[in-house]
Amino acid sequence: MSTLTVDRDRLETMTGDSRNTGRARGPRRPLWLSALLMTGVLITIAVFSVPIYWLFSSALKPHADIYSWPLQWVPLEVTLDNFVGAWNAAPFDRFFLNSIVTTGVGTALEISLAILCAYAFVFVDFKYKKYAFVLIIASLMLPGHVTLIVNYITVANLGWLNSYAGLILPGIASAFAMFLLYQYMRTIDKDILQAAEIDGAGHLRRMLTIVVPLASPMILTATIIVMVGKWNEYVWPLIVTSTADMRTLPIGLLFLRSQEGYSNWGVIMAGAVFVSLPMLIIFFLAQKRIIGGLAAGALK
Amino acid sequence: MTTIVRPPRSPEASDRYTADAEGAASSGPRGGSGLTGRTLERRRSPERRRRARREALLFGALIAPNLIAIIVFSYYPSLYNIGLSFFEWDFVAPTPEWVGLDNYIDLFTDPDFGQILMNTLIFSGVSVAGSIIGGLALGSLLATKVPMTGFAQTMAFAPHMLPGAAVGILWLFMFDPNYGLSRWAFSLFGAASPDWTTTSDWSLWAITIAYTWQRLGFVTVICYTAILDLPKDLYEAAALDGATGWKLLRNITLPLLSPIMFFLSITGIISAAQAFDIISIMTNGGPGISSSTLSWMVYEEAFQKFDIGAASSAATVLLVILLIITYVQVRIGEKKVNYDS
Repeated sequence: MSTLTVDRDRLETMTGDSRNTGRARGPRRPLWLSALLMTGVLITIAVFSVPIYWLFSSALKPHADIYSWPLQWVPLEVTLDNFVGAWNAAPFDRFFLNSIVTTGVGTALEISLAILCAYAFVFVDFKYKKYAFVLIIASLMLPGHVTLIVNYITVANLGWLNSYAGLILPGIASAFAMFLLYQYMRTIDKDILQAAEIDGAGHLRRMLTIVVPLASPMILTATIIVMVGKWNEYVWPLIVTSTADMRTLPIGLLFLRSQEGYSNWGVIMAGAVFVSLPMLIIFFLAQKRIIGGLAAGALK
Repeated sequence: MTTIVRPPRSPEASDRYTADAEGAASSGPRGGSGLTGRTLERRRSPERRRRARREALLFGALIAPNLIAIIVFSYYPSLYNIGLSFFEWDFVAPTPEWVGLDNYIDLFTDPDFGQILMNTLIFSGVSVAGSIIGGLALGSLLATKVPMTGFAQTMAFAPHMLPGAAVGILWLFMFDPNYGLSRWAFSLFGAASPDWTTTSDWSLWAITIAYTWQRLGFVTVICYTAILDLPKDLYEAAALDGATGWKLLRNITLPLLSPIMFFLSITGIISAAQAFDIISIMTNGGPGISSSTLSWMVYEEAFQKFDIGAASSAATVLLVILLIITYVQVRIGEKKVNYDS
């Protein structure tokens, strides 16, 4: 697999090429076809953005606008009542705190393990490292649902139920992020490291002062992908926490739904906005990185 | 993968070569070729062996945290879970009771389990087929580069970033037959919206639609990237030969994309078989078991009914199914990899 940046450059030159040559050589696209394609694109946008628009607009609508027929597409007045309602109906301050702590600490730990591990696979010599590599990558094939029961027992035996340790530690093992970093570190020029070694820099120095800075674009990509995954994590926090003050945001949403039933959609949508908005903001800021990283993992 | 063990890439390659040069020089009269000098040098240097041992130790220390975490929280539980499936237990009793294959006999003689397997198959099959056909169509559409495709790509991918819990609750609202978008959509055709999540005829479709919507953008983006990667000269050659639209698609595009479509279908099945958050939020597997899948069943048996035997044997069935699918993928994928390298 080539690196992310190379991929992207290549894609850009490719699309640039196709545009130039396409215009010059091929027949121009007829107008009706362009119109048809544009319609398709607009429908695509609608399929994905209408539900998301519905989520946000409902959270901002007063109660009467939600329970009205015909549907009120554009809120007549915008109100924050639903957000206040959601905040009061469930301990969202705790949910936020727990989500931030578990996501932050869990991501930091997982990325640290991934960096150490990827560095070892690329730069440290060991005769049997191929086997260790296969062992780690093969763990990607083990479905998470199969490990639920025993991990619950393990965490219970360690006395970690309903604690941050229990929420975070079972998730810090890293295979996908390790793989992304491994692929990227392989492209780092070995001459720089040799020069540093001759200057007397040990492995730790070389890793921290040379490899980590050079790999930082991919480390950032991997961090974002891991972070989104941890923020959205659902089944593990659901089973390992038992009191409202340890719940994370996605579980808080389940809590809110059972609290409010089907009679208060505005409040429930406001809760869904609490959970979704941070990830949407990260996505819109780091779109290229996220898509590039996930595509690189898939297309290797 | 061979590059991992290829020696010249290692950081100490330079001093190996300098050592080689010295070795070659000292053994020059005897050896003659640099190659023998190198082997001689390597054999008689205890310094090198100490160094190799140090590197091996360091390697172990660096991968240990990750490897231990993977063994403790992935491999060990997968194996232990298989063991548990031969016992009757409720999390509380001091010792699980050995029951042999009883759990499996119970599973496979229970008509409910047949329905759950069927639900899992429908849920995975429809969502995977839907997202691949849709993703291929949307990916090709985006690849035409008409205006707004960039924005369309962004919007398509956004749901993939949302927590499944939020997607589930959003669709639960949209499927509300009285105040949701579903009522509006059906009213366009003069029909009334079905009770999506509260009737057993519709609940499985409700979770399938929500899940497919969330996954479609991911598949679209992968297809789109793969389509842009297709070799342009092949199309130009085919166009010179007079091939057009449908023929191009059938004879060039689809065959070239088939490896990636195969990969997407396998990974799609694996993630669909583990889908949980949307089901938990939207239907709780109900009404009855109408929208229960294997992954929901594992959770329900273990953490709501505390029947560890049933849960762990269902989880083992899930594991076996997914391992078979993965095995098929690896075997077919191997051919491709060998061809590439």
